[in-house]
Amino acid sequence: MKRNKTLIAGTILFSVLLAAIVVSWLWTPYDPEAFAGSSLEPPSASHIFGTDNFGRDIFSRVMKGAGTTLTVGLMTVSVGAVVGVSAGALTAYYGGALDELLMRLNDAITAFPSILLALVIISVLGPEKTSNLVISLGIAFIPSFARVSRTAFSREKTQNYVISARLMGAGDVRILAVHILPNTLQVLLPAVTIGFNNAVLAEASMSYLGIGVSPVDPSLGFMLKASQSYLFTAPWYAVFTGLAIVLMVFSVGLIGDGIKKSGRSE
Amino acid sequence: MKRKAFAMLLSFLVLAAMLASCAGPKGGADEIVFGIAQDLDDDLDPHKMISAGTKEIMFNVFEGLLKPTTEGELVPAVCESYSVSEDRLSYTFILREGVKFHNGAEVKSDDVVYSILRCRDEGLVPAFAIISGVEKKDDKTVVIALSEPSVEFATYLTAAIIPADYEMQSTQPVGTGPFKFVSRVAQDNIVLERFDDYWGEKAGVAKVTLKIIENADSLVLSLQSGSVDIASHLTAQQVAQLGDGFRAETDTMKLVQALYLNNAVKPFDDIRVRRALSYAIDKHEIIDVVFGGYGSPIGSSMYPAFAKYYVPELTDYYMHDVEKAKSLLSEAGYPNGFSMTITVPSNYQPHIDTATVIVNQLKAVGVTAEIKLVEWASWLEDVYGNRDFESTVVGFDAAQMTARALLERFTSTHKRNFINYSSETYDALFAKAMITYDDAEQTEIYKQMERELTENAANVYIQDLADLVALRKGLTGVRFYPIDVIDLSGLHFES
Amino acid sequence: MKFAAKKLASLALTMLIVTAMTFLAFSLISGDPASTMLGTNAAPEQVEALRDELGLNKPVHQRYFEWIKGFFTGDLGNSYKYRNQSVTSLIAPRLGVTLELSALSFVLIILISLPLGVIAAGAKSRFYSVFRSALNRLCMAVPSFFIGLLVTWIFGITLKWFSHGAFVPWSVSPAASLLYLFYPAVCIAVPRIAMTVNMLSSTVEAELKKDYARTVRSRGAGSSRLLFVHILKNSLTPIVTFLGQTAAEIIAASVVIEQVFVVPGLGRFLVSSISYRDYPVVEAIVVLLALWVVLASTAADLINFGVDPRLRRGAKG
Repeated sequence: MKRNKTLIAGTILFSVLLAAIVVSWLWTPYDPEAFAGSSLEPPSASHIFGTDNFGRDIFSRVMKGAGTTLTVGLMTVSVGAVVGVSAGALTAYYGGALDELLMRLNDAITAFPSILLALVIISVLGPEKTSNLVISLGIAFIPSFARVSRTAFSREKTQNYVISARLMGAGDVRILAVHILPNTLQVLLPAVTIGFNNAVLAEASMSYLGIGVSPVDPSLGFMLKASQSYLFTAPWYAVFTGLAIVLMVFSVGLIGDGIKKSGRSE
Repeated sequence: MKRKAFAMLLSFLVLAAMLASCAGPKGGADEIVFGIAQDLDDDLDPHKMISAGTKEIMFNVFEGLLKPTTEGELVPAVCESYSVSEDRLSYTFILREGVKFHNGAEVKSDDVVYSILRCRDEGLVPAFAIISGVEKKDDKTVVIALSEPSVEFATYLTAAIIPADYEMQSTQPVGTGPFKFVSRVAQDNIVLERFDDYWGEKAGVAKVTLKIIENADSLVLSLQSGSVDIASHLTAQQVAQLGDGFRAETDTMKLVQALYLNNAVKPFDDIRVRRALSYAIDKHEIIDVVFGGYGSPIGSSMYPAFAKYYVPELTDYYMHDVEKAKSLLSEAGYPNGFSMTITVPSNYQPHIDTATVIVNQLKAVGVTAEIKLVEWASWLEDVYGNRDFESTVVGFDAAQMTARALLERFTSTHKRNFINYSSETYDALFAKAMITYDDAEQTEIYKQMERELTENAANVYIQDLADLVALRKGLTGVRFYPIDVIDLSGLHFES
Repeated sequence: MKFAAKKLASLALTMLIVTAMTFLAFSLISGDPASTMLGTNAAPEQVEALRDELGLNKPVHQRYFEWIKGFFTGDLGNSYKYRNQSVTSLIAPRLGVTLELSALSFVLIILISLPLGVIAAGAKSRFYSVFRSALNRLCMAVPSFFIGLLVTWIFGITLKWFSHGAFVPWSVSPAASLLYLFYPAVCIAVPRIAMTVNMLSSTVEAELKKDYARTVRSRGAGSSRLLFVHILKNSLTPIVTFLGQTAAEIIAASVVIEQVFVVPGLGRFLVSSISYRDYPVVEAIVVLLALWVVLASTAADLINFGVDPRLRRGAKG
């Protein structure tokens, strides 16, 4: 088997980012909230990414913001994946009226505008916690996972290994989780990386629309939204923030591609 | 095969780009496009319109018996002159000759009687409740009788005069102003044209298209790209983005921006805490950092443009003083500070930025503040309606040109006293102002009320925000008023 | 026929759930249409009077049934915010604009990604394939509003190819209208082109490995046209399904892009109607958007059903 260069490249890029995030928990060049310099300083030795409109160090803020964005992205996609895969697995396995109802509900959520959906959840749960933001964004990701996993599970459930597991007396939950799930990962993992891609972008879009659906701690999306007001006077603000988002989504995407490739060559 | 497809694709893109490059027709020199952030979405009927954004534009279409000047005085508009009786109970108006409605008809006494009575009878101008009768003496003379004297009555006579029994005001408004209404496309544009039969100075341009662009950053892009000639309510940062090709004129927003504190919840029920916050927050730094030095610092619920009621010495009543703030906090039992939430509506960036600086300044005295962004609609319901908040950064404007519009809301029983301010002295002062008919005396009472608010640190007052108007080079003639209106009639291109 | 009837029934059920969800959303979301319209200077009595006038004091289920009844008699009511205008009259022109924008984006996606995807699959050069997947990933990674900003910066302000904010309606000049919408359409299309190329190339690659393709290829370069036709035919089902999904996503993407380019379409109207709590308008737009999404996937299913004999056989069982 030849080496999977895509996977390696993705992992290296992602590690760089992850390292920066881990470091930011312990140390950043400046306090990301402190007005450490004057307003909109261009990149220099003391502020390598320059400063924002308040004179805050953009590099420190990107380090911190990347953590928030990664957390929101991963959690959002997890909400979508866990709920979606469970729903897909159940409907595929049991079928019948439950299948029909859940799939229609699924269609309805797909068709429902995600801003309205997010706004409802935030209104009900309150905007104070990042976890509420995650839930409000995550719901929109359930349908795609449900659909993918439903197809995968219904293909697998008639396979011989499932039938023999059942004959040996395995329970439904065990069959779904232990026997079938590992065989569907090949399909599900790429869906997770695309989901992560879209989750990060969704958070950025919500910040852009400014309807109060944004994390409490500054995220990269929120910073990118803020930076557009200085696109001409301080382009470095948007450029470095944008690059950080791209790096994050890009590296995770490469990892996803790599996994897909390695699956194909097996 | 590959190459062919690539070539096709490439030529398609080039073709599309070439076609696109000849886009963008623009109006002639006698037309301007004015970018506004707020849609004229409500009723266009001058007596029924509610939103400030609609009123400030329709100022160009309608006039009352009187109209405000740039100096904040009231001068005759539809009327030529008026006199007030000795007992202040009777106002006599002589109508101006040659004032025409946009439909060509001349303004007669009947129209004035109709307009005033409509406002009173349908409750459209609550202050008109004291009108006991409106009488037409002849075609050009009208007498309004009051049941009790009122100092403020004249300020309400800016209410629009409209043609009697015209039914289409809501959608096809007709007034007497320098511009006539042409069309409105919801959330896209409003078109006004110069009214050539206007009695006064004719408008400087033939046509104004008001282009609605809600997103402030998109508005800046449209200015830069040439499709919009002028926009108001911009911030210093946005104007800085525009660069050459534009110049800016500075006005104020006529807003009382403050960190409004819920006086009924802990720890803000303690005057020492409120005073500590007032010392901790440096409004001058806020204006410098966020607003590039533009903005008028204030110290009470009144802004400098209201010169008559403004008390300058209140501005720096609490000079920035971290030590004093800390000792006041210790005195109040919070030597290590406390945590608080600042609720900020997410639709207005300057308030969010102000709150960001406040969070930073409060950190210096040990107070940990967290910003909670909410939609404007949620703010109105939760914060303003249900008073469910600790503190909030917003700005309040005056609906009328009276101090009452800004000060009455803090009387303890007022339904819009959302900060739960409660002071017997304040209530008594307001009650006294209401029965004082001497203008100077009443003004003095209002000033006393402002002092009360400052001394009790009802809120942490910050500023009246700068309101920058950006004009394409060559365009000139902006006029500023002490109330929130956009006067389009002076705008013209320098030849 | 039975297949179509079944599709139609589930479509109706989905739409019913969507409308009910919207009304549920109204009662859950904080913020009140009347106080939002009246602002900070209104007295609570005025707000209450307006609530009464708008019928907001009736229970949610009653308002829902009234709305459903109105829907079937073709009456969607009046907007709260634009007082004297019917929802239908407000939405009709915007629907046209958004359809125009979406159609343009869709055409761009198909015109660019179909040839690119096939070329990509056939490409042998390693460098090219690395470059392609990197570029692909990059296009997917940039938030759409930011693409919009960059496009405006480059083409609108630096090169002056178009004038940002100067949208022209179709009714005034179809050509000028399409020319303006070309730029927002590109912004919507870019990430989707990347995804479609990805999807296409892997589908075609898989197809190329099959026996028939190897046979055709062994006959020499002259048969590449034949190969193209064969492969496209065989990978049609997943492609159509994917494009159906893409068509559905386009409409969601337009919500943000219309804001950036100041296009008076449905998406921008939805955002402002939500912030003003203009419920009759929101309800109508949600129905239209949902209908679009549901129709796109139903259409894809029906096309597949029509062209793919395997599916037809399967459906009979």
